[in-house]
Amino acid sequence: MTNHWIETLTNHLSERFGEAVQPDSRPGYHGFIVKTEKLLEVFQSLRDELGFDYLSSVTGVDYYPEPFMEVVYHLYKSTGGPALVLKAQVPRDTPIVPSVVSLYPGAEFQEREAWDLLGIRFEGHHDLRRILMWEGFAGHPLRKDWREPFFEEETKPFKSRWPQGHFSRAEDRNPYRNNLSYPTGFDPEKWVPEKDELLYGGLHFAGEDSDIKTEYVVVNLGPQHPSTHGVFRMVVLLDGEKVMDLKPVMGYLHRNHEKIGERNTFLQNMPFTDRLDYICSMSNNFGYALAVEKLMGIQPPERAEYIRVMMAELTRFLNHMFSIGFLLNDLGAFFTPSLYAIEERELILDIFEEVSGSRMMCNYFRFGGVVRDVPEYVLDKIEALVYDRLPRKLDEFERYLTHNEILRSRCEGVGVLTPEQAIALSAAGPVLRASGVPYDVRRADPYSIYERLEFDVAYGIHGDIYDRYLVRIEEMRQSLRILRQVLKDIPDGPVMVGKPQFQVRVPSGEAYGRVEGPKGELGFYVVSNGKPNPWRYHVRAPSFINLTSLKSMAYGSKVADLVAILGSIDIVLGEVDR
Amino acid sequence: MSDDELNLRSYQIPEELKGAVAITTLDRIYNWSRRNSIWPMMFGLACCAIEMIATAASRYDFSRFGMEVMRPSPRQADVMIVSGTVTKKMVPQIVRLYNQMAEPRYVIAMGACASGGGPFKEGYNVVPGIDRFIPVDVYIPGCPPTPQALLNGLITLQKKIDKESLRKAHWYQKGKSEPIPIPILGPDLIDPRQIPLIQELGQPKTHDVSSAVATEGLEAQHDKSLD
Repeated sequence: MTNHWIETLTNHLSERFGEAVQPDSRPGYHGFIVKTEKLLEVFQSLRDELGFDYLSSVTGVDYYPEPFMEVVYHLYKSTGGPALVLKAQVPRDTPIVPSVVSLYPGAEFQEREAWDLLGIRFEGHHDLRRILMWEGFAGHPLRKDWREPFFEEETKPFKSRWPQGHFSRAEDRNPYRNNLSYPTGFDPEKWVPEKDELLYGGLHFAGEDSDIKTEYVVVNLGPQHPSTHGVFRMVVLLDGEKVMDLKPVMGYLHRNHEKIGERNTFLQNMPFTDRLDYICSMSNNFGYALAVEKLMGIQPPERAEYIRVMMAELTRFLNHMFSIGFLLNDLGAFFTPSLYAIEERELILDIFEEVSGSRMMCNYFRFGGVVRDVPEYVLDKIEALVYDRLPRKLDEFERYLTHNEILRSRCEGVGVLTPEQAIALSAAGPVLRASGVPYDVRRADPYSIYERLEFDVAYGIHGDIYDRYLVRIEEMRQSLRILRQVLKDIPDGPVMVGKPQFQVRVPSGEAYGRVEGPKGELGFYVVSNGKPNPWRYHVRAPSFINLTSLKSMAYGSKVADLVAILGSIDIVLGEVDR
Repeated sequence: MSDDELNLRSYQIPEELKGAVAITTLDRIYNWSRRNSIWPMMFGLACCAIEMIATAASRYDFSRFGMEVMRPSPRQADVMIVSGTVTKKMVPQIVRLYNQMAEPRYVIAMGACASGGGPFKEGYNVVPGIDRFIPVDVYIPGCPPTPQALLNGLITLQKKIDKESLRKAHWYQKGKSEPIPIPILGPDLIDPRQIPLIQELGQPKTHDVSSAVATEGLEAQHDKSLD
């Protein structure tokens, strides 16, 4: 079926564009290479004629020492189906591609990220500033010839770590004894830091002209603010209490996940994925394992698949619990609801600790299975939770909240995102589904054993905060439904294919593994060149891309609702900033 | 410290007055009242913040130890729990928050990242340990530390407070306490206290020589310490 699909696509593209679109013929690679001059035309045709309306991921790959970089686009139909991968190759010294923001506004932050980290210029982007680092930072760190101050070797394991049993500290090799390096001849006294002029200058009043001239106020929320769920900052332009423009500022938790990930070996990245979205480490593991397994061409054994789904659904439950608790916190119900929400989280964490050894950072998945089996008594514990405690809790939550007058009046009709906007802005997960687009990766592009499980895709109608809340509640119910089936059918057998290995052989090529994480489509784009380390390792972080739609949701609402709108997107900064 | 301990052993309190009267030293009652009302700042950086929330929640409940109220404002907080990876982009704000806290103030470096960079130490945007900028009282290992470990860290801080004395407390000494200079975001993070060093090492001509000397010196030192 897939072959047929690709054939039709190839025919259509070669008919329309001839030489400008070529299938990517490198071994292990997929998709099409598009000439940059024709890029916008091709995108226009794909979106309007073939229905590829959802641009999921935009990223770049640096193929140094070869003289080109590549911009990689992953496109989907919002009605479901596999990905269409498009690539545009640009020379390393003048990396300029046309921006696709005019066609897919959801690419805005991702293009800024590619500019920040790889130095690829997107022509026609209206606000091409750095996004994760600050303006004035020297260099584009994800380029392969850029070296961090604590650079040791290109790839791990570093030979310097234990020579004859002696360790040496990175500080001792750096002249500043710190994680610092400056360009030669740099004089700090002459340095003028950028004072966010570009940021504030980009704010503009987009409202209608009225006779009464009011003064606009710029308010900074964050990065140290109790309601921003971490170190997130919003710059808001206010007319009275009304939000007229908004710019999210992030990068305060940019921990260089991708740079470190490209130095690590494949397996060493697994514990790092835990720390992406630190509330749901299991589903992050899932996505990464899927991507690498796709490259390796292996399939985990049945029991492992069941265990994986079990852990992923437990994670979804605990994440939604957490996010609803903190949404109420943002609405002003200070702390009590979140205390209620955390109660069950602890019980689920107990199970995670039991199977993996750690409460939060589980590091439980391996390529081709999971690291160890789930003992019988833990399955009993899960059963007790799934059949009794968790549904009871859900009913209790619903009794208190769903028809609560205050909750409804604060949430209904606030932060509305229309389905067209949601698709165009590449929103994912509950945010997309609450807007009335029943797109769930588990159904749209099934992975693991989801094809044979019975569950419904929860979706809303209005696209407001209240519908997002309802979608989360319904998803928890569906998760319990899945868990019940999994617990009934889980087979005996091995949990890992082959012997456990520290070093895995990954053939060269590229793969994009995606799962429906609790926050949305979590994708891992991995490029391997046959060595023990990934050449490129990119995370398509749902909370990062969902933030693109924050401005559309917040426009025209009151500043007090802004906090609730942010809470309803459910972001985790570890994933936003990576 | 229970009420019994607040009372000095050398003074016998009649049975009927126990629990109502204690005879003690000024230092002791001062520390006793402070140690039992350490208010943390509501300030989460990364993964560890989630465990901090778990510690505040019902199962571990750190209000048993007097950390009842988490304050979002640095002015009202006694202890800053640096809970997560400190990045170069965030460190100016953290130093500013620390400067805004009123004395006596304490800092807990929660987790591997805040203590020394942790798994992200080699990253280009990561500060390898918050103690490069602000003084740290208690380090808690773990990635992330379990709630029990955080509680242990807070109890360790209480023990530290017990040992302080009014006469020696530096916030009652003469002279102003100087704020910590706020780092600047340049081509890389600039610590204002390091400007002379940066100028010296950044000289185009002497750059190679001085850095070579510096690293050689360090290596020699390092070898010596290994012997």
